[in-house]
Amino acid sequence: MNIDSINNGIVIDHIRAGQAMKIYDFLDLGALDCAVAIIKNAASSKMGKKDIIKIDSELNVDLNALGYIDPSITINIIKDGVRVRKYHPELPLTITNIIRCKNPRCITSTEQELPHVFRLTDREKDEYRCIYCESKAGV
Amino acid sequence: MRHIISITDLSLEEIARLMDTARDIIEHPDKYRDLCRYKKLATLFFEPSTRTRLSFEAAMHELGGQVLAVSEAASSSVAKGESVADTIRTVSCYADIIAMRHPKEGAPTVASFHASVPVINAGDGGHNHPTQTLTDLLTIMQEKGRLDHLTVGLCGDLKFGRTVHSLISAMCRYPGVRFVLVSPEELKVPSYVKIPLKQGQVPYSQTTDLRSVMPELDILYMTRVQRERFFNEDDYIRLRDSYILTPEKLENAKPDLTIMHPLPRVNEISVAVDQDPRAAYFRQVRYGKYIRMALILMLLEVQA
Repeated sequence: MNIDSINNGIVIDHIRAGQAMKIYDFLDLGALDCAVAIIKNAASSKMGKKDIIKIDSELNVDLNALGYIDPSITINIIKDGVRVRKYHPELPLTITNIIRCKNPRCITSTEQELPHVFRLTDREKDEYRCIYCESKAGV
Repeated sequence: MRHIISITDLSLEEIARLMDTARDIIEHPDKYRDLCRYKKLATLFFEPSTRTRLSFEAAMHELGGQVLAVSEAASSSVAKGESVADTIRTVSCYADIIAMRHPKEGAPTVASFHASVPVINAGDGGHNHPTQTLTDLLTIMQEKGRLDHLTVGLCGDLKFGRTVHSLISAMCRYPGVRFVLVSPEELKVPSYVKIPLKQGQVPYSQTTDLRSVMPELDILYMTRVQRERFFNEDDYIRLRDSYILTPEKLENAKPDLTIMHPLPRVNEISVAVDQDPRAAYFRQVRYGKYIRMALILMLLEVQA
């Protein structure tokens, strides 16, 4: 299978197999009019199988938020056909509207306009808590 | 401009200063009688609470200020679907300081993002109630003369009881404090409340038997099992009478024990205990007014 290499853009590599569409939706890549390639179940010596996303455009978003969705990800920044930076996204200090607070007593359960914001409270345990009610993410 | 949403918004030094101010108010009330003249406190209570609202209002009146009151959600614009943010932006135009109670956890945090005057959290669901904690700390200070080196027993609903959660996070910052957590299995302290105890290596024990731990306690903090914190009526009825304090249960208690309760009481402390000089819960109500006076002065940056 051939997929053209990109000149200026981003390659999101080492995505856990099956997670690519989640990232595609999160970054709202469907709204772009540039070439976007989703490669599913590519062979990986490290991971067995992995997903890859290639975006032939510079994106003006905080890619560190991807660290919450999938900490194994590698981000490659491509300029003039050359990889100029490769990094793992760090766990962001806050994440907004990626996950929702599940506490039925939280103010976000009744005020639909409020952003769902979580703050990193324990880096070692990857623990995030709602900034309003302090409930743990995912509980 | 500052907001007080959680007791942890205040440093130990600030809490000590508030205690000093409150004690000075108790000794020299005349000095404080006119300090908030022409200032207005808005009490926004979107959940029923007579005593906390009255305490805030009495505090502001005693400082010479005025009060704008919303005492139930049904009579306010919130009933028409107005957001917390819009309500607070509006009330900020009328008042110099806001005390807010709301049934939803985190509502005062939302308020603090949009207020142009200080916001005091007067209770948000089962979450935080910092002025009750300040009241409790002042009560302990007045009754015991110190906040350190005390064995604090907390009894009743330790799962949903926000006063208990806040008191634990406040008291665990003082040296030599030990907690004895007494509750039925279903109403034990949630794990996140115990995080500061574990991190700070604060000693604590958990039991279901009040009588057996009674001789150890310097403070006994009783709480009510609240109907509104349960989704299931059967669970409420089964657990509400689990822990009732009676004169018999106090037989082996220390002679200088301090018995506290955030009130209102239903039946968890027998009325026969009221005559015991160790029962401090009605004195605690009075201290609540003084500490709220001190807090209003601090947030309005008014000096005596």
